[in-house]
Amino acid sequence: MIIDGTTSLVEVEEGIRVIPGANTIVASVDKLVNWGRKSSIWPMTFGLACCAIEMMSTGASHYDLDRFGVVFRGSPRQSDAIIIAGTLTKKMASVVRMVYDQMPEPRYVIAMGSCACSGGIYNTYSTVQGVDSVLPVDVFIPGCPPRPEALLDGLIKLQELISKEHFKWSRWR
Amino acid sequence: MLAQEIADILQKQFSSEVLRTVQFRDQVTVLVKKKRIVEILSFLHDSPDLFFDYLIDLSGVDYLDRKEHRFEVAYNLLSVKHNHHIRINAVVPEDDCNIDSVTGIWAGADWHERECYDLFGIKFTGHHDLRRVLMPEDWEGHPLRKDYPLKSDLGEKEWKGYTDVVAAAERNRIYEVH
Amino acid sequence: MTLKKKELSINMGPQHPATHGVLRLVLELDGETVVRCTPHVGYLHRGTEKLFENRTYPMGLPLTDRLDYISSMYNNIGFCVAVEKLLSIEVPPRAKYIRTIMGELTRIANHIVWIATHALDIGAMTVFLYSMRDREWIMDLYEMTCGARLTVTYPRIGGVRCDINQEFIDSCYKFIEDFPKRILEYETLIDQNPIWLQRTKGIGVISAKDAVNWGLTGPTLRGSGVPYDVRKFAPYDAYDQVEFDVPVGKNCDVYDRYRCRMIEFRESVKIIRQCLDKLPEGLVLSPEAPPYDLLPGKPRVMPGHPMGAILPGEEEAEEKTQELFDEIYVAVEVPKGELGFYIVGDGSGKPYRMKVRSPSFVHASVLPKLCEGSLVADVIANIGTVDIVLGECDR
Repeated sequence: MIIDGTTSLVEVEEGIRVIPGANTIVASVDKLVNWGRKSSIWPMTFGLACCAIEMMSTGASHYDLDRFGVVFRGSPRQSDAIIIAGTLTKKMASVVRMVYDQMPEPRYVIAMGSCACSGGIYNTYSTVQGVDSVLPVDVFIPGCPPRPEALLDGLIKLQELISKEHFKWSRWR
Repeated sequence: MLAQEIADILQKQFSSEVLRTVQFRDQVTVLVKKKRIVEILSFLHDSPDLFFDYLIDLSGVDYLDRKEHRFEVAYNLLSVKHNHHIRINAVVPEDDCNIDSVTGIWAGADWHERECYDLFGIKFTGHHDLRRVLMPEDWEGHPLRKDYPLKSDLGEKEWKGYTDVVAAAERNRIYEVH
Repeated sequence: MTLKKKELSINMGPQHPATHGVLRLVLELDGETVVRCTPHVGYLHRGTEKLFENRTYPMGLPLTDRLDYISSMYNNIGFCVAVEKLLSIEVPPRAKYIRTIMGELTRIANHIVWIATHALDIGAMTVFLYSMRDREWIMDLYEMTCGARLTVTYPRIGGVRCDINQEFIDSCYKFIEDFPKRILEYETLIDQNPIWLQRTKGIGVISAKDAVNWGLTGPTLRGSGVPYDVRKFAPYDAYDQVEFDVPVGKNCDVYDRYRCRMIEFRESVKIIRQCLDKLPEGLVLSPEAPPYDLLPGKPRVMPGHPMGAILPGEEEAEEKTQELFDEIYVAVEVPKGELGFYIVGDGSGKPYRMKVRSPSFVHASVLPKLCEGSLVADVIANIGTVDIVLGECDR
């Protein structure tokens, strides 16, 4: 079958079609926006306890996070995601909620480590049994602490989650 | 100097205050009454051949079953110059739950005493700023007492700061996009 | 028209890139000078000490990992040394040497994180990337022996969990051959750098007498000229059979503490080399060690009965008017200072009270004294030099 390079569409990926001769890509706006959002997730540094050290190691040169487009930002106003790494205590709960409320949408929450997912080994008077009591969580990464590869796996799952979103860029969502 | 010799010197100097001396695995604990604790510790700090210039640790212990003196405050002392160590325990009864502060002798006792007040409820008279250090400022109860619950779900007695945050999160759940 | 002046009160909040965890500082400023500084801790208080009272000694071991999570192997060693002294368990010599090697590797790993974050806060970002690369090597060594990277629970009461193999020993020799060159790399980047010197010389000065009075330990104290090191004063494990020096500073400032820690890198390499050369054969776990599934026994009614055992002929002594508790305080020299365990045991399998004397708690309390009168930028340098980690400070 002869494909006319200048006028016919070639499907390169599901939902993305290309006209090779005309250098054009035809896709839905969803796909474009989702591709942009998932390839540059900018999380906020919210390391609380031991998992923060594994997050630091993931960001360092051996298990590089920069190749995924992930750059750690210090301010909630400039970030897309928040990685809660470590045990959340009741004294800190209001601070987390305040920081989360300052983030502009679209925003995602990753709960890293057993303590953030469910309290971990600390079922005591001063700990919160899981961050999802105070924040809506998208991805849970278990482990104590999770290996850097597990954190990368969690980020890739978040990317898959983002790529399946539909119509979230519009004001009438 | 051996720890037992130091305990003997202390026994001779303050014989009315020392209740008991226990030796265990080459460490000595001297149990004293709480009334003249500042005098005893100043003597240990200033006297030249004892010279305990370093307060390593100040901790409280809760003996729930004892009626007359429920709490003990343990002072672990070390001398950097002579390399000897001793422990002084001061008994504190539950109904008269205060003891003199030693921040005048060692400035490092500051936060240790605040922690002891926070977790046990023992008040230190003469401390310049006695407030909670580890728990939130308006927390009720003293967590490390033996009759305080361990688990996270405190039920009715939950701290208001935390229940407010959870209630606000519930209210804001309808505004979440996904 | 005269302008009125007022002090500005700002909050260096629990969430901050440079506070090494969840430390909150309320600074009152007059222009750029700090007039008053109030640290607030407790944002990571997890109730570890109350948890210890409800767990037997082997069950409490993973809790010690998470205290100072950067040097978790050394916390385990400290706990094991304390409980072994309380229960008078003798550790076999091979286990002592293995624990010393692991301890010194932990000291190197901890000082790597310290120099990485301290330099990153002051502005030298390359040191972070270079040194974390070397930390991955040490974590590979940990993973080779026990399977975990960060929160290892490798030292056990009575020895260590399992033996080291030849692959570890060869890799460790290679590490101590190559590592001194890496230390030179970090020093080349910052040691004679005029920005580094300006930001660290003369900052955060505390005299020797004040430092001892405030209860500082570790390199923070030794930078002020006091040669107090628990490894020399009260040796444990194999430290009395190796030769090493303890670096002591003169000028009591941030730069001297930095030099102390850089020299400690080299001393640790020396200790590891001596231990690897002298490693004896034998068991790695004492036969008297408590089993991992130890159940708590009854509280003891008479002194001298380990683990709540009641000898025959003493059953009638069950009712007693006064129980005697055994108290012990044992300290080890963790990379940050002196970690002490004050254990009150009642003869059963669980401790009655376990107090953890953490160096970071005391060092956080000395921050107001270091910061008052200095500039805001020096506050960051001071936090880095006292080397606090909030997991240990708040427990």
